[in-house]
Amino acid sequence: MPTVTQGQTEKTVELKQTLTPARRAWQTFRRHHLALAGAFILALLVGASALAPVISKYDPEAASLDILAPPSREHPLGTDDVGRDLLSRLLHAGRISLSVGFGAAVLTVAIGVLVGAPAGYYGGRVDALLSALINVMLAIPILPLALVLSSFVQTNLTFVILIIGGLSWPAVARIIRAEFLSLREREFVEAARVLGAGSGRIIFVHILPNTLAPIIVAATLQVAQAILLESALSFLGYGVQPPQASWGNMLQDAQRYLRTVPELAIYPGALISLTVISINFLGDGLREALDPRLQV
Amino acid sequence: MNRYLIRRTLLAVPTLLVISVLLFGLLQLAPGGPAALYAGPDAGPEDLERISRLLGTDQPAPVQYLRWLGGVLRGDWGISFRYREPVVSVLSGRLPNTVQLMAAALLIALLLSVPFGVVSAVSRWRVVQYLASIAAMLRLLPSGGIANIGLEHDPLDRILHLVGPASVLATMYIAAWSRYIRSSLLEVLHQDYIRLARAKGLSEGAVIIRHALPNALLPLVTLIGLQGGSLVGGAMITEVVFAWPGMGRLLAEALASRDYPVLMAAFMLMAVLTVLGNLLADLAYGWVDPRIRLG
Repeated sequence: MPTVTQGQTEKTVELKQTLTPARRAWQTFRRHHLALAGAFILALLVGASALAPVISKYDPEAASLDILAPPSREHPLGTDDVGRDLLSRLLHAGRISLSVGFGAAVLTVAIGVLVGAPAGYYGGRVDALLSALINVMLAIPILPLALVLSSFVQTNLTFVILIIGGLSWPAVARIIRAEFLSLREREFVEAARVLGAGSGRIIFVHILPNTLAPIIVAATLQVAQAILLESALSFLGYGVQPPQASWGNMLQDAQRYLRTVPELAIYPGALISLTVISINFLGDGLREALDPRLQV
Repeated sequence: MNRYLIRRTLLAVPTLLVISVLLFGLLQLAPGGPAALYAGPDAGPEDLERISRLLGTDQPAPVQYLRWLGGVLRGDWGISFRYREPVVSVLSGRLPNTVQLMAAALLIALLLSVPFGVVSAVSRWRVVQYLASIAAMLRLLPSGGIANIGLEHDPLDRILHLVGPASVLATMYIAAWSRYIRSSLLEVLHQDYIRLARAKGLSEGAVIIRHALPNALLPLVTLIGLQGGSLVGGAMITEVVFAWPGMGRLLAEALASRDYPVLMAAFMLMAVLTVLGNLLADLAYGWVDPRIRLG
């Protein structure tokens, strides 16, 4: 490395020492332009979806005779094959996809902590049992199993969240287990034990807060995974059921009109990609900001 | 090494058994069994009974499972409800297609992600870095961007057919892999032996390709193996979108038509692929990096 960069690093190090961890994380995050852009776009998408009824006055499920209309003043993005306003459908579908993403991520982390924490903390037989469970779950191809599960019942939003969250936790559980495995040997845990803290208190009050950084990063990336999985399920006809719109089932509907009206596929496809990319960038930035090992 | 291999393989057996029990149980819980579907809406109770006897679904679940397991151990995966022919012959037409698709996708992903990762790790230009990482982040979903390409290509020949779905499937990995290669290459480049290689006057290209890259590719080996499961899922969507007659599409069809024997077989094969991927990842790790002794 040339000397110029070395000088720069020293300066930043000096600066960082006076900062609280949160401030320092923010400093790092702020320099990650792509992560900032990701956070901004994601905020935009969340806002637009939340304000869907305000932005577009059309009922996303109301058909009309105005089918496959090109963009106009009435319908800014045109209408679909049964005359539903496309913009309205895209926004309301965004609500579904984002809810699935965040809901499933929360569930994934919750189960991941409940399985991973005791496995890492207690070790021994508990670990052997829970690790076996994690390994079996990891060997199951998620998408096919999610398909089987959702083919049983008339799926709705809650059910899709439960299926996706219920199947994607093993990866997170493994991360948390590894964190607990290393943290439980540390002095502060020993100190807490000497002071008479019980296992529950040590796990939740002492160790868990220290695993927050990898958990947040994993949860962020999990949101993207869940949105993709929901799209895949809905695309194959097993996720969110029509007439309720989701980006995945809009893509499925659009397949018939690929040659004639490709916009029908391009918009939801682009929104899925945009959302997932933004979340991944955000996750990347968070990883760099929160992981002290990556800091200079 | 051999003992480790044997132990890991033996461990895969109960894993697969548990998965098969789980899936079998799930299918038993499914409302509206296959008999009702095949009998049609006008069937009377006797018809239903006759058909479920024909399909073997009149037996209690544990008996059905043991029968299925016994058959599988003898290489007999049962008779497809839908096609009325042995599952093995239904699958044997599809499995090679899926394997071909996956192999082509992995190859494309590898060929693109290695140079990508190297360039973005080595390049000091910020613009290039941004471009590379934006491109690397384009882990296009299996469904999104794909659909538009899907129906456009005309059948010319097998290879031409393969290019579309395989590159689409590959996009899922080019992203993650280039990032892994980039970060592990950066890590390796800071090590002393690289400084030594530079100090003895090797060209930068030789340092990177001959000295740094082999070690940097190490984490990728594991990553490829561990992604077996997602590859299976990705292949499924790709096959449906591109009308590729592989296992994934077969599974989706079998699910819709409640063709349980085919469903079980396709699912188990995918589970085997996943487990095999994990196993190979472990073994390859030890083989690529002799410092890691497996035991």
